[in-house]
Amino acid sequence: MQAVQKYNAIMTGNEAVAFGAKLARVGFISAYPITPQTTIVEKLAEMVANREISAHYVEVESEHSAMAAVFASELVGVRSYTATSSHGLLYMHEMLHWTAGQRLPVVMSVVNRALGPPWNIWTEQTDSMNQKETGWLQVYCESNQEALDSILMGYKIAESPDVLLPLMSMEDAFILSHTSEPVILPDQDQVDSFLPPLNLSFRVDLKNPMGYGSYSTPDGPYMELRKDMMDSLRNSRKVISKVTKEFGETFGRNYSGLIEKFMMEDAEYAIIASGTLASTGKYVVSKLRQEGKKVGLIRVRFFRPFPDLEIAEAVTDLKGVGVIDRSTSYGSAGPTALEVRSALYGKSEIPVAAFIAGLGGRDVKVEDFEKMFQYVEQGKTGNFYINVKEAC
Amino acid sequence: MPLSIPKEEFMEPGHTACHGCGATLSMRYVLKGMGPNTVVSVPAACWAVIPGAIPNRTLDVPMVYTPFAATGAAITGLREAFNILGKEDYNVVGFAGDGGTADIGLQSLSGAMERGHNVFYIMYDNEAYMNTGVQRSGSTPYGAETTTTPVGKDRNFKRQRKKVVADLMMAQGVPYVATATIAYPEDLIRKITNAKNVKGPKFIQILSPCPVGWYYPSEKSVEISRLAVQSGVFPLFECIHGQLKVTRQSKPIRLSEYLSAQGRFSHMEEEDVRNVQEYIDERMNFLLELEQKSGK
Ligand SMILES: Cc1ncc(C[n+]2csc(CCOP(=O)(O)OP(=O)(O)O)c2C)c(N)n1
Repeated sequence: MQAVQKYNAIMTGNEAVAFGAKLARVGFISAYPITPQTTIVEKLAEMVANREISAHYVEVESEHSAMAAVFASELVGVRSYTATSSHGLLYMHEMLHWTAGQRLPVVMSVVNRALGPPWNIWTEQTDSMNQKETGWLQVYCESNQEALDSILMGYKIAESPDVLLPLMSMEDAFILSHTSEPVILPDQDQVDSFLPPLNLSFRVDLKNPMGYGSYSTPDGPYMELRKDMMDSLRNSRKVISKVTKEFGETFGRNYSGLIEKFMMEDAEYAIIASGTLASTGKYVVSKLRQEGKKVGLIRVRFFRPFPDLEIAEAVTDLKGVGVIDRSTSYGSAGPTALEVRSALYGKSEIPVAAFIAGLGGRDVKVEDFEKMFQYVEQGKTGNFYINVKEAC
Repeated sequence: MPLSIPKEEFMEPGHTACHGCGATLSMRYVLKGMGPNTVVSVPAACWAVIPGAIPNRTLDVPMVYTPFAATGAAITGLREAFNILGKEDYNVVGFAGDGGTADIGLQSLSGAMERGHNVFYIMYDNEAYMNTGVQRSGSTPYGAETTTTPVGKDRNFKRQRKKVVADLMMAQGVPYVATATIAYPEDLIRKITNAKNVKGPKFIQILSPCPVGWYYPSEKSVEISRLAVQSGVFPLFECIHGQLKVTRQSKPIRLSEYLSAQGRFSHMEEEDVRNVQEYIDERMNFLLELEQKSGK
């Protein structure tokens, strides 16, 4: 599909999301540098300096402050953007809950990077997986184009009155963030008609002075407000499908909603993966298909809301499935595997193998995928670390 | 003499503060000085609770609540967003306790001041974490007993001197820095008015006595506030663009009068009081020297 479209730029994932923010006409940006996110904020600073973007950019002194600043500006009704990675994202954690709890549709780019110690700047998803309970929507991108497009779709989804929750859009460190790919930069006019200006109904207003986030007793509205966040995340599924479809009709690039199915028709075995792991996975699936194996791949785009129904439906006719996590939940299994097992419980008896692969940026190779497919075909159900060196 | 305190109220009756709460008076006076075009941001602190539970409110201006460490950054975002919308005339006011200012919020405060946003940061200084039950903060003075500096057998009262954030702000070159307290509401409101005429960040530290944490009868807050100034414990000053003016004491009192009025100092022995007096003298000399230098 993309082959027939005309690329008009070659850029890294970080440049692509900076252009995404620009095209989304964000009014306020606040951020703090961290490898490998830094080139996003540098690019935006350059755009501001050259008046290529009319946003106001504040370089704060920490990520906690970056999120607090965009929280406040969004509450005033200005579309706001930030970007971070790894330790910066963890440093924001308190403000992530606060921003979601205040129902502010901030959009943030996250470059997935490992956590120390020891320091490691390469890709891993534990940083954003640690934030899955914050009430933010999460989308994991596979290409620079998708990273750009997810900013545009992201604001539209997050700002929908049926959602009103923040969204973080992920790209893998270096594999996307620092790798140049052909990208189609959409027309500003087209983006403007797709994404109207923010109109936040409860923004700070002197004529109607309110308290934003004061406090609630156990019998106050607290529990209802929390349930409403859950309901909105559920509703966001419909909004995501609608917006993705509308995006496809407007721009000619079709993303398939919460999950993407690759060669899943008549498949007997499949692997579930997200981010750029899915790209290697697709290559291996094509290769195995040529060898006559009936295999497929499901790419998890949205992790929040989790596509439990979509995955349950996609695997109904399979004989086995494997789930790859590029992150860990110590003392348990990979976050995606846990979600998948929970999604299938009572609906499907197929064996689920859980793989942890590529931590700290370790390459996940074609042969690793082949091995994982072998495990799946053998009907294995345990938790496996892939490509771990023997203790030396 | 005409009344110099504006009649207009921006604080409604019915709030949930303790009797005699100094921080409540501080807010009332600050808003009288600010006027109606004001948005207040408060972090975790007594002032996050004083306005009452949802759906109640106490102020007639919008209040944005944030996590404990976020005040400096929150007023940054509010200020810039209002500017983007052409509302440069709004007063954006951070209103945080001493813990939220001297300790956990110092980084975001310092960042906001350094960046130079046109904001007010009011530190209401009740010299401990009061909302959580009187724990020591960096702004708790030498000698005070708190629940985390209990005197006990080891006489473990706070042994370190007060971290005076207003002094830090002067050192950082913040264009408007002042101290004030509720015993002198006209002075306090005049300082707000002066601050409004300064473009850029403004920092005012308001001593706000707390009967619950300082252990004195709740009707004495204003009196204690006055004694703090007269004894030299809390000097009043104003520093505009580096020009410092220290208020001279017309009726100085003995330090012991201030200390003995509060239970938190009741364990203090002569030597401890001498330590406090030494601190007072040192700090006053420091301020006067600074005043002299800044006058040149
Ligand atoms: C990150 C974080 N740590 C601790 C707390 C608990 N806490 C809430 S208010 C407070 C004390 C506030 O003290 P201060 O800033 O002096 O204001 P005051 O309560 O005296 O008005 C503390 C420790 C919190 N809300 N958030």
